[in-house]
Amino acid sequence: MERKIILENIEIDGIRLLEVYRENGGYKSIEKALKTMTPDEVVAEVKTSGLRGRGGAGFPTGMKWSFIDKKSGNPRYLVCNADESEPGTFKDRYLLEHIPHRLIEGMICSAYALGANKAYIYVRGEFKSIIGILNEALKECYKAGLLGKNILGSGYDLDLHVHTGAGAYICGEETALLESLEGKRGNPRLKPPFPAIKGLYGCPTVVNNVETLANIGWIVNNSGEEYAKIGIGRSTGTKLISACGNINNPGVYEIELGLPVEEFIYSDKYCGGVKGGKELKAVIPGGSSVPILPKNLILNTLAGEKRLMSYESLSEGGFITGSMLGSGGFIVYDEDACIVRNTYNFSRFYHHESCGQCSPCREGTSWLESVLHRIENGQGKMKDIDLLVSIASKIEGNTICPLGDAAAWPVAAAVRHFRSEFEFHVLHPEIVKNVKHGSLEKYLEIPVLTAE
Amino acid sequence: MNEKLFKYKLYVKNNNDVSFTPETLAKIQTIISHYPDGQHKSALIPILHIAQEELGGSLNVDIMDYVAGLLNITPIEVYEVATFYSQFYIDPVGKYVIEVCQTGPCAICGGEDIMNYLEEKLKIKVGETTGDKLFSLKAVECLGACGSAPVMQVNTEFHEFLDMQKIDEIIAKLRNESELTKPEELTWKERLS
Amino acid sequence: MFKVTIDNKSIEVEPGTTILQAARMIGGDVVPPAMCYHSELKNSGGKCRTCMVKVSQGSEKDPRPMPKLVASCSTEVMDGMVVQNITSPEVVEARKAVAEFLLINHPLDCPVCDQAGECDLQNLSYENGSNASRFEEEKRTYEKMDIGDLIQFHPNRCILCYRCVYAADQLTENRVHGVLYRGEKSEISTFIHQAIENDFSGNMIDVCPVGALTDKTFRFKNRVWFLKPMDAHRSCSKCSGKAAVWFRGDEVYRVTGRKDIYGEVHDFICNECRFEKKNSADWIIEGPRKIESYSVINQNHYKNIVIPSVINPIKETME
Repeated sequence: MERKIILENIEIDGIRLLEVYRENGGYKSIEKALKTMTPDEVVAEVKTSGLRGRGGAGFPTGMKWSFIDKKSGNPRYLVCNADESEPGTFKDRYLLEHIPHRLIEGMICSAYALGANKAYIYVRGEFKSIIGILNEALKECYKAGLLGKNILGSGYDLDLHVHTGAGAYICGEETALLESLEGKRGNPRLKPPFPAIKGLYGCPTVVNNVETLANIGWIVNNSGEEYAKIGIGRSTGTKLISACGNINNPGVYEIELGLPVEEFIYSDKYCGGVKGGKELKAVIPGGSSVPILPKNLILNTLAGEKRLMSYESLSEGGFITGSMLGSGGFIVYDEDACIVRNTYNFSRFYHHESCGQCSPCREGTSWLESVLHRIENGQGKMKDIDLLVSIASKIEGNTICPLGDAAAWPVAAAVRHFRSEFEFHVLHPEIVKNVKHGSLEKYLEIPVLTAE
Repeated sequence: MNEKLFKYKLYVKNNNDVSFTPETLAKIQTIISHYPDGQHKSALIPILHIAQEELGGSLNVDIMDYVAGLLNITPIEVYEVATFYSQFYIDPVGKYVIEVCQTGPCAICGGEDIMNYLEEKLKIKVGETTGDKLFSLKAVECLGACGSAPVMQVNTEFHEFLDMQKIDEIIAKLRNESELTKPEELTWKERLS
Repeated sequence: MFKVTIDNKSIEVEPGTTILQAARMIGGDVVPPAMCYHSELKNSGGKCRTCMVKVSQGSEKDPRPMPKLVASCSTEVMDGMVVQNITSPEVVEARKAVAEFLLINHPLDCPVCDQAGECDLQNLSYENGSNASRFEEEKRTYEKMDIGDLIQFHPNRCILCYRCVYAADQLTENRVHGVLYRGEKSEISTFIHQAIENDFSGNMIDVCPVGALTDKTFRFKNRVWFLKPMDAHRSCSKCSGKAAVWFRGDEVYRVTGRKDIYGEVHDFICNECRFEKKNSADWIIEGPRKIESYSVINQNHYKNIVIPSVINPIKETME
């Protein structure tokens, strides 16, 4: 079933402009929220909606909002996390490029609900054009009285500005983002205290993903109850999925949560099947940090049920036979993809992006990369495969921020589901040296192992 | 040769005069005004973007010390930040910095071939700059455009769905443009304020 | 007052106390090792991950355990909290992991390192390290860097605890060094050619848990276990003048701050006291420093040392 909330009207020419956006029903929620609702009522609607953070962790947004410290008397801040850098994820970029006012509308409602008079959008530095688009959109809003002092005569003031990063994946972690916003190195902070108590400039702060905030306008307009009717179970609403890799139609799709994974991969409305008519080999369903799943486990759970695009269904089976919805970065691998090379590639990414603050991540990510580099280049030994699992398990859970986990999970999952491919690299260095891409199974008689 | 020997040179202050134009300084004041009183250090990253673009393409000690002076912070605070973020270049770069994405989704769609082709075409290795100081080639991690893989950016201008032919066209276009004055449409300064 | 139980030993502490501080109040085996936390340096801690413990009960009110191990140096106690340090296999395992990570790129050059005998990493690896390394790659190395005539800097040995950065930030007026670059390539540096020189820069040597920052005026002069540290003081206009003076015979080899049993200095001394007063006549000697019985510095120096009660039963059996 087609259901558009965030990308509604995206096909309309000029929807990037305030005038066109308003003609098509935009900014109605501001009138409703600021003039007819109390901040607590907005928070209550968001709680009822069951909306969960779209940045990866899936934490209930309404609950996150309710933690904000209102007693301290310090100014409160709302910060939008548009530091989208998770490999495989490009949904926020698409949204901001085409319909920036969706975010701004959501941010005004949210800032009102939180009692914040200052808000920032933290955009990664590589999205220079997006920064221009957002600033244009903000100027339009200031001019139209949607931002600034006394918004639409409601008595509520809000200043909203764009801030830019400069190339650091770690700044997608909310406390590293706040450090970076304060003009420092993007080193994640120790938690507790959480940003809701001590965030930006030591004041209560809520950090939300672009897509999360883009939902708020709709929820205010149509009520949390209506929103909760969309989706499946505790996965309410729609989700932007950015599909890429070896598929026919890469791109951003808004799906209702609960869509079968099989339909998403093979339907012409979405991915359109594997490119070149090849076989599906594996999928990373939620951005590079989540465990990779082989074909049989991504299409069906171990219990034989159809795997659905929802927080619960994708994590069915835990990390042994399941994965995560994560940020919605859906990476598809065809039969010719080399899992070892791909795992090495992601390890290099995490090594490059580790902030270097805490020892397990700083040392562990580089060690993982070195060992994988050896295996990939035909210089690995059998014991190196177990070493990888061991290093990954020693990083996981022992670091300040989730980057350590994100570096460890993909390696552990790749070895778990594709161990034979790692063994092949060790046993046949002469073949590996020459074959850079391509399925190694064709050289082997044994099938891919699955975790059972 | 130990390839893991990190050769960090210590840099030198040349005491060259660097300064922004009055117009840029006014823009910088606007950016600083976006942050609460006393939190002007927040403007550091935006200002470094502008400095890098307007004062020669990379950040040398003189520029960083100048920025530190503008924000009334110590120089080491600027060095710490400038060396942390990968978009800031400490060593001189060519006029066009070509950054090719090497991460997973781009890699499985041919990102590595694009890099090899560029190395061949520009006759330099990753990390080097051409003799005419026109092109620097860098390998970068995910640029957030995996749906249009493989991608690269030239001075933060994105180029998507790359193949050999497209690379030829882009390089030829840049070679021509470099003789003109300013190729880019909008600067950091204009986008940020 | 909050009641907290660590490895089955309970104590009542003020709200706001961290688990590590509470453990230090109990003392003995329940105290987790700490490499980056320093009680006199604000914001320090949380980075090295050696002090991680398991919170098996969050508090009396909310008895749920914490999902992950926590850094004891930066986690405040709650009333009724139950903590496991060495009684938790998970904690022991994690500590071994951290020791391994800290050592993979650390040069194993203790025989030529001036810090040997008083090195926190040496102690950590002695207790939690393994006999053989699984690391087959080449170690990370840096070029040498000269930061002046007083402090010797070995970047290869640095474990990035940030203590010297906080010390420079909080004890001196103008910090000129910091942590540069990112991730595995991070390093302590001044970035430009300059010496780290100010009245209190020498304290960076004392706060460094490893041999990355050592006393250039003492370099290769002697082994710490051949020296006899004495508590001594002098009247100084810049600092407290309370120092530890290290003798061999009548000769003063070096002057340091007085480190407590956790390696922390609480009275920071100035560079004049540290580097210029190397004559026994400069100091008023208070007496020999108390050194933990396990320390190599203790060997052959002091008579009538008090043997800790834990060892007594063994001693009795032996006798």
